[in-house]
Amino acid sequence: MSILIDADTTFIVQGITGREAVNLTRECLDYGSKVVGGVTPGRKGREVHGVPVFDTVEQAVENHGGPIDGSVVTVPPGFTKDAVIEALANGIRLVVVVTERIPRGDVAEMVEYADRVGARIIGPNCLGLIAPGLCKMGGIGGPAADAAKAYEPGVVGVMSRSGGMTTEISSTLTAAGLGVSTAISIGGDAIIGSTYAELMPFFEADQETQAIVIYSEPGGRMEAQLAEWVAANDSRLPIVAFMAGKFMDDEEMKGMSFGHAGTIVEGKEDSATEKIARLQEAGITVVERIDEIPEAVKEGIGR
Amino acid sequence: MRFYEYEARKIVELAGIPVTEYGFCRTPEEARAAAEKIDGPTVVKSQVLTGGRMKAGGVQFADTPDEAATHAETILGLEINGHMPRGVLVDPKAEVKQEYYAGVVWDGTAKKPLMLFSDMGGIDIEQVAEEHPDHVGRGHISNLDPVFDFQAKQVIARTGVTGSQLTRATPILARLAELFREKDMLLAEINPLAELTDGRFVALDAHMEMEGEAVGRQAKLLREELEIAEDDTRESYEPSDFERRVKEIDASDHRGVIQGKDHNFDGNLGLVIGAGGGSLTLTDAVRSQGGKPANYSEIGGNPSVAKACGLAREVLQKDGVEKIAVMMSIVSNTRVDIVARGVIKACLELGLDPSETIAVFRIPGAWEEEGAKILDYYGVEYYDRSVSLWDAAGRAVEKVQG
Repeated sequence: MSILIDADTTFIVQGITGREAVNLTRECLDYGSKVVGGVTPGRKGREVHGVPVFDTVEQAVENHGGPIDGSVVTVPPGFTKDAVIEALANGIRLVVVVTERIPRGDVAEMVEYADRVGARIIGPNCLGLIAPGLCKMGGIGGPAADAAKAYEPGVVGVMSRSGGMTTEISSTLTAAGLGVSTAISIGGDAIIGSTYAELMPFFEADQETQAIVIYSEPGGRMEAQLAEWVAANDSRLPIVAFMAGKFMDDEEMKGMSFGHAGTIVEGKEDSATEKIARLQEAGITVVERIDEIPEAVKEGIGR
Repeated sequence: MRFYEYEARKIVELAGIPVTEYGFCRTPEEARAAAEKIDGPTVVKSQVLTGGRMKAGGVQFADTPDEAATHAETILGLEINGHMPRGVLVDPKAEVKQEYYAGVVWDGTAKKPLMLFSDMGGIDIEQVAEEHPDHVGRGHISNLDPVFDFQAKQVIARTGVTGSQLTRATPILARLAELFREKDMLLAEINPLAELTDGRFVALDAHMEMEGEAVGRQAKLLREELEIAEDDTRESYEPSDFERRVKEIDASDHRGVIQGKDHNFDGNLGLVIGAGGGSLTLTDAVRSQGGKPANYSEIGGNPSVAKACGLAREVLQKDGVEKIAVMMSIVSNTRVDIVARGVIKACLELGLDPSETIAVFRIPGAWEEEGAKILDYYGVEYYDRSVSLWDAAGRAVEKVQG
């Protein structure tokens, strides 16, 4: 099985007429995902790869004739908050926010709104999620043929702060014959809709998933939060973590961000070294290299 | 974006929080005039974007306007932690009865702003929180609902503060929380928040930091109210020529994104790497295998040949660079044939042989067959996705170290 999405998941693309969104729509359709509409204000009546375009989410829902499960939002930063809340206000319960450079206050607002209506946000600054063979929601894995190469259905749940590394890691899991249950690019910002710890209960409840792999970076408390979750919940899932950005440990790098906005090291506790120690204390295996991940997973599940 | 104290005070003042009659001065003469206007003992404070100014002699007390001018002259020439002051702030020497702390920060786990208050002000709040946890009150505010005064009152009351002190401090913390949200701050602190002998509460020092992504939409505050120039970006360090030029190349063309940093890097292996996570991973992989990166870089989206070439040229021209490694991860959309063209063009333009200069090219990505043809033609050593990031980095290190 999978988490959050499956073969029946329907979704729209907000900002569908943008260049990247047109590509993403093509990729998702090719993969077999059910893209049931698109929204770009003022462009009602057009089509993108056969997907009807509307002015509002309300019109897309009306046209679909029933509730739509998800939305992939790829509109400019200044319009993202409104687009996400529009989706949530129209009954959509899973929103993938691709847009980067959204001010933190806006992200926090949409996340709080989602909490109130019982919805989930993935991202921002992410590539979405994929349930191999069932549904690809977002640019994750690239064109359908490439995504199929990197992602085969399997037993590992993947969560990553880097979109590219989600696929890099999954590709090694696929090559090792382990495969992926669901892979989620959770986003590279300081505040995101769904953290590792917030997604763990979903993987925990998924019978198919036998292990978890996370890709981590310096900055923030997300890894500490996962360590706390693991300590507090008697999880059946072994976790393997890879930590990038060890070079940022140097005192000289304090206050700088590399790669993603969320990587700023503000205090000692959000440095790579400190995070590794915390994850290990919680019984999580931390590997030095990406290519060591499959072996560590096999060890964790006793294969 | 960080602010000088005089700007932070102005931000606080604009939010309706009382401050003393301070004056920002750029010369000793202006400082004398400000002290004359205050007509009493003053304190002259260096305006620098760094801490520890008290210890460094950047804060001095004066009884007369002449003394204020003398102190201003000294402080204006005093470098603190490598920073020269932008000016001095001349402030009346306050008759303080008690110092408090009021602050608002982001709680990334709760994803909400967190109000903080302490009746032990004037010192570092983290120290107070550690040594006297019962003297720190905390409370979240919503991102959606208005800030209610009672929320601030609860936070303050949790420290045991009561009486007129409670009622006077409450609106100050509530206004600070509102300004934190409205002005996209990452940090908004008043420390000390002083209770004067006459019972008034005033902000004696303030510390503000605004989120970089919000600078555009806060233009009115930044440009009109605070008169901060657009090129005054307040980086945490002075960008290098390399960093400045890469930024210019990136800005000159909207297609794709390139980033280059070399703060604290000075090795012999130049790096051109695809996407953020891959860059962090590969920079570590090079260092862990004994290599010395000359820079950090990222190339993402769909850049033009000119942009990829521009980044490679800048990396190649850095002092001490012997070879470059071009390493892409299995990302979706960056066309590796374009990256290959750009990097090879950079080598040729600088009179370098691509097969010698490019230590390795790890190719996976969009249009990789096309990329492989180009690399073959120029005899560049390249690897596909079956070679791990770690091994590609290792091979580059091996080649540059001979």
